Amino acid sequence: MNYVDVIYPLIGGLLIGLAATLLLLFKGRIFGVTGIVSQLLEKPTRENDWRVALVPGILTGSFGVFLFRPDFFQYQIPSSLFEMVIAGGLVGFGTRLGSGCTSGHGVCGLPRLSLRSLVATLSFMIVGIITVYLRGA
Amino acid sequence: MKLLISYLVGVIFSIGLTVSGMVDPNRVIGFLDIFRDWDPALVFVMGGAAGLNLILFRFVLKRKNPIFAPSFSLPTSTTVDWRLIVGSALFGIGWGIGGICPGPGIANLFTLKAEVFAFIIAMLGGMLVFKWVNQFLPK
Repeated sequence: MNYVDVIYPLIGGLLIGLAATLLLLFKGRIFGVTGIVSQLLEKPTRENDWRVALVPGILTGSFGVFLFRPDFFQYQIPSSLFEMVIAGGLVGFGTRLGSGCTSGHGVCGLPRLSLRSLVATLSFMIVGIITVYLRGA
Repeated sequence: MKLLISYLVGVIFSIGLTVSGMVDPNRVIGFLDIFRDWDPALVFVMGGAAGLNLILFRFVLKRKNPIFAPSFSLPTSTTVDWRLIVGSALFGIGWGIGGICPGPGIANLFTLKAEVFAFIIAMLGGMLVFKWVNQFLPK
């Protein structure tokens, strides 16, 4: 393992954590992408203005990095269009039923020592591992 | 100003996702592929993110209130129920198939890859289907 394999994920992770901490500090909210997107989808009202502002940030931050380091996006999507539709549908439905995804349960819930988030994170990680194993078999 | 902060939170998150490598679905699937050629990157991503928050959340939550809001809005539920487990498991299946979760999905939209758009549209569809199905589901 090269040091690059550790340092980039670690710096990226720290930035992700920083974003979540800033949202808690300024808005008192948990940074969960599922919650942010589904709230916008279901009721785009005035009190959701912070969610409306946040999504363009996610859209443009990655593009900003791309301008300097296009290599971060030089990859091939490993799944077919059909598989991505199935994947998206399951992610959308599942994260709503389970009240969160990697950001809400993992990045924010685990450090809050939430039992619910620990169970959710274990559930999607273990099932994700099984899914990848079965697909590759 | 408040909205600028929200925007910047999104930017920092998205830069973090990109630098961490997690915008690449191959790396996420590589992390989940523990029985073959395991890519441990996500351990450092989650460790860095959750580890930092473990420290900083404590300081933030010592405040009486957030800077731009009258009070903190934290989840209050503590019950581990079938919804949490089954929902997260369904998410896990989708995550394993596509290698993308909601954040990286949005961060990848600018690449204009058809697969990413298909994922996001299906994800929004899945959320709407949930909203409709939810009225028939047991508590």
